[in-house]
Amino acid sequence: MYRYILNRLLLAVPTLIGAAALVFALMRLIPGDICVVRLGGGGGMVDPKAVAACHAQLGLDRSLFLQFVDFIVGFAGGNFGISMWSGKPVIVEIGSRIAISLEIAILSTVVAVAIAIPLGTLSALRQNSWLDHFVRTVAIAGIATPSFWLGIMSILLVLEVSQLTTGAPWMPPIDYVPLWEDPLRNLSIVILPALTIGYRYSAVTMRMTRSAMLEVLREDYIRTARAKGLLEQLIVNRHALKNAMLPVVTLIGIEFAFLIGGLVVTEQVFNLNGIGRLFVQAVQNQDYTLTQALVMLTVTIFIFTNLVVDVLYAWLDPRIRFG
Amino acid sequence: MSALLDVRNLHTEFRTGAGLVRAVDGVSYTVDPGETVAIVGESGSGKSVGAMSILRLIPDPPGRITEGQILFGGRDLLGLSPEEMRAVRGSEIGMVFQEPMTSLNPVLTIGRQMTETLQQHRGADRATADRRAVELLSLVGISDPERRLRQYPHQLSGGMRQRIMIAIALTCEPKLIIADEPTTALDVTIQAQILELMTGLTRRLNVALIIITHNLGVVARYAKRVNVMYAGRIVESGPAADVYHDPRHPYTIALLRSVPRLDRPRQARLDPVEGQPPDLTRLDRGCAFRPRCRFAIAACAEARPPLEAAGAAGHLSACFRRDELGAAQAAA
Repeated sequence: MYRYILNRLLLAVPTLIGAAALVFALMRLIPGDICVVRLGGGGGMVDPKAVAACHAQLGLDRSLFLQFVDFIVGFAGGNFGISMWSGKPVIVEIGSRIAISLEIAILSTVVAVAIAIPLGTLSALRQNSWLDHFVRTVAIAGIATPSFWLGIMSILLVLEVSQLTTGAPWMPPIDYVPLWEDPLRNLSIVILPALTIGYRYSAVTMRMTRSAMLEVLREDYIRTARAKGLLEQLIVNRHALKNAMLPVVTLIGIEFAFLIGGLVVTEQVFNLNGIGRLFVQAVQNQDYTLTQALVMLTVTIFIFTNLVVDVLYAWLDPRIRFG
Repeated sequence: MSALLDVRNLHTEFRTGAGLVRAVDGVSYTVDPGETVAIVGESGSGKSVGAMSILRLIPDPPGRITEGQILFGGRDLLGLSPEEMRAVRGSEIGMVFQEPMTSLNPVLTIGRQMTETLQQHRGADRATADRRAVELLSLVGISDPERRLRQYPHQLSGGMRQRIMIAIALTCEPKLIIADEPTTALDVTIQAQILELMTGLTRRLNVALIIITHNLGVVARYAKRVNVMYAGRIVESGPAADVYHDPRHPYTIALLRSVPRLDRPRQARLDPVEGQPPDLTRLDRGCAFRPRCRFAIAACAEARPPLEAAGAAGHLSACFRRDELGAAQAAA
């Protein structure tokens, strides 16, 4: 088991180098120049001397190969460099935004799992009943509705309801405070985005739970469990659910990894300063160092969640052996 | 002695896209306490559905038991509430399935799958249930039972898994075990072991056994009585020896010719049952075996022959020519 995890971590190295090469090349293929953007703000003529000085300052005058080596060596040593745009260390830029992104990702996963697994299971158990149809309708709506629209609607709803009930419209605060400093204020910021994202997330998970459950319920060992005269709830909880969770766990893992850095539009709607927004800004500004660091962060998160999913798999299914 | 199980006029239907399938179409038979009864027939003859109907394990929809009675110890199982039926399953009637590979849950230990039955039906605590599981594993001939309890199904061979299924079926000391093709998925050498084990144990513990099979050799050797099924009906039934040596239905005769026998010359050719099993959605009013029958006469197209006495006491056949068949076989 430990050997397997170590093995997987070692295998992550080539993946990371590949991702690094890709983002490094792609960023430099995008037309434009950070120095031109910085100096000229997009319009007008820019002094070529100033641009050259800027290039020298950022190290962009060196050969691509040297730049790449610099990037890789720095990354390996935990040095992510300085943001080319803000001049602050990349680690500071990301550090100030990762907390809220992580919090929303975790919270919406909790929301999604809490809704999806019981409802998906019930839906499978009562296949083609009104409950099943209802759950499936809700799920389809969840997949079809864009999160940002739902976000706007939920903000409006809160505004209207607070206006009606208390007389003064209430909106979630804008400035982020960490959970451990002011839990109530923190939750009032993250709860709406977590619910809107969690809804869509739960819809996907619910459908997966339902279909996995339907498949498992037709298995021979479920018939055996019935023939043994076990209580229905025992058959579902002990015999069916653990088997049905295998594909669901994979899905949850992929979705979770996506949520960190992938919530560009939702963060915009709720005015959250998360990783998704930072990502867009970094690309727009041609901020090579920041974009590279963000991509590497996302890749690392994906690799890590996949590893967690695989370990969970082995725990769920004893047939899976680490070799 | 009154029968332990008395199935009367059982009808089980499936609504399918192609139409209504009468998988079990008016089947009646009895099983005495401690008796081994075989139900024989080819795939699709309704033998498994009939057995699953006893435990009311037919998936509904699409299946449904539409008519009949299943008297078990005098109680009609079809009249029980789901809760009462659950108390019968695994406790008074045990079941062994065809596929030991897929009939055990892959993600639960053998121990958990064995003890849960006892915990459920007898309210046994973990330690008691564990002791009983060890005892049962020794009973079915599995060595090192304590270690096996901690293992998962994929760590055991097919034969061992089927032994475990038998142990599970025996857990609550049932009065009846239904074994649905218990050896079909196993190697031939293992088949004999499992059958010996099952019939030996049921005899010793005085448990009645319904053994569903398409293997007539099994019938001859282990069963006291046999019911031959074709297209959802019993076409011949009687003491195993009588049916084996003096078959009175063309289908039974054909089945017997299709298996190798040691009491025939080695050169004798095997004779498969010709044609295909009938499409159960398109049966007419005549005998369902008629299209494949070499003894068919005009009357066979007019009505289904009823199950009536033929030959020795207790021997029944659903063929208009059952008496002629007896004479023809005797002459041959």
